[in-house]
Amino acid sequence: MEARSFVLRGVLAGAAAGLVSWVFSLVFAEPQIEAAIAYEEGRGAAEEALAVAAGSAPAAGGEEEIVSRGVQATLGIGVGMVGIGIALGLLFAVAYTLLHGRVALRPRVLALVVAGAGFLTIYATPFLKYPASPPAVGSDETIGDRTALYLLMVIGSLAFLAAAVFVARLVREHLGTWNAVLVGGVVYVALSAVLMAVLPGLGELTINVVENGPRVSETPIPLRDASGAILYPGFDADVLYDFRLASFAAQMLLWGVLGLVFGALVERRMARAETSERPVAAAS
Amino acid sequence: MTSAGAVSSNQATAKAQATAVPASETLPWLLSALVVGLVLYYVIGVDEGAVSVLGDTTVLHEFVHDARHFLGFPCH
Repeated sequence: MEARSFVLRGVLAGAAAGLVSWVFSLVFAEPQIEAAIAYEEGRGAAEEALAVAAGSAPAAGGEEEIVSRGVQATLGIGVGMVGIGIALGLLFAVAYTLLHGRVALRPRVLALVVAGAGFLTIYATPFLKYPASPPAVGSDETIGDRTALYLLMVIGSLAFLAAAVFVARLVREHLGTWNAVLVGGVVYVALSAVLMAVLPGLGELTINVVENGPRVSETPIPLRDASGAILYPGFDADVLYDFRLASFAAQMLLWGVLGLVFGALVERRMARAETSERPVAAAS
Repeated sequence: MTSAGAVSSNQATAKAQATAVPASETLPWLLSALVVGLVLYYVIGVDEGAVSVLGDTTVLHEFVHDARHFLGFPCH
């Protein structure tokens, strides 16, 4: 099989994975996103009422809606999920093509291994340090820092996986495959832990420290008056938990479907190529 | 009808045919897949947020807003 077949199957499997994750997100993400937006609006109104009471002029009009919530919550999230599925399917196909035939695994097993590695490096490891957050969780002013830190985690974990594979291949001769994989796993976990320890928590970013004092995260804390009484509650912990759990599950689904569909497509194609080649081989 | 024999022979060929792909003919496909994949990842996940190459509007950002949050990207 040539690279073209792998790339096209990567796109197909990625799109299928994106479609499945879209349906999942409609059921499990949207209720949390709606709750988060309701919190954000309520908090904004409370903060404005406070400001007006303190003597500021009321803000002119609400926030302009560029894309309606109805579109965002249905078509928008769908295009996003299918788009990211195709993007990951393409990157997946590149990694798969480089490994195909060079490791002693049948295609559908190799496809699952590559998908697992993608899930671990591109999503799960960065998630441990900078978890997915619903609207209202995260300050507008830190978007630049947060994006840079998140992408640094993604690139770091990809590099660490490469380092782990390199070390595992190095010690395989002496330790055998099983132990070599364990050593590689330790290398990956250790390097990732060091990077996570070195990078700042989002609450430790200067803008946030100035506003709220040093904290681990940007999750909104209660709004209090001068006496310390709570005027508006902090962000609902259950909404945050459910959103993050659903986000993690959606990525498992995305990578899982990608790996399974891709593996099945490749093996089917190979079996078909074999049956069509058989008469030629018999004649020669 | 697929007999048990045919199934096991299919599995055997799937293994036997898993031969490495030569680099010369694969390179253009791999490079373009890599570039398109990375660009798409960036467009869905990052553009019109912290940095923007596709313009100053936030239409794209707002359109994929929910997916960005749900996929773990910092959104706003």
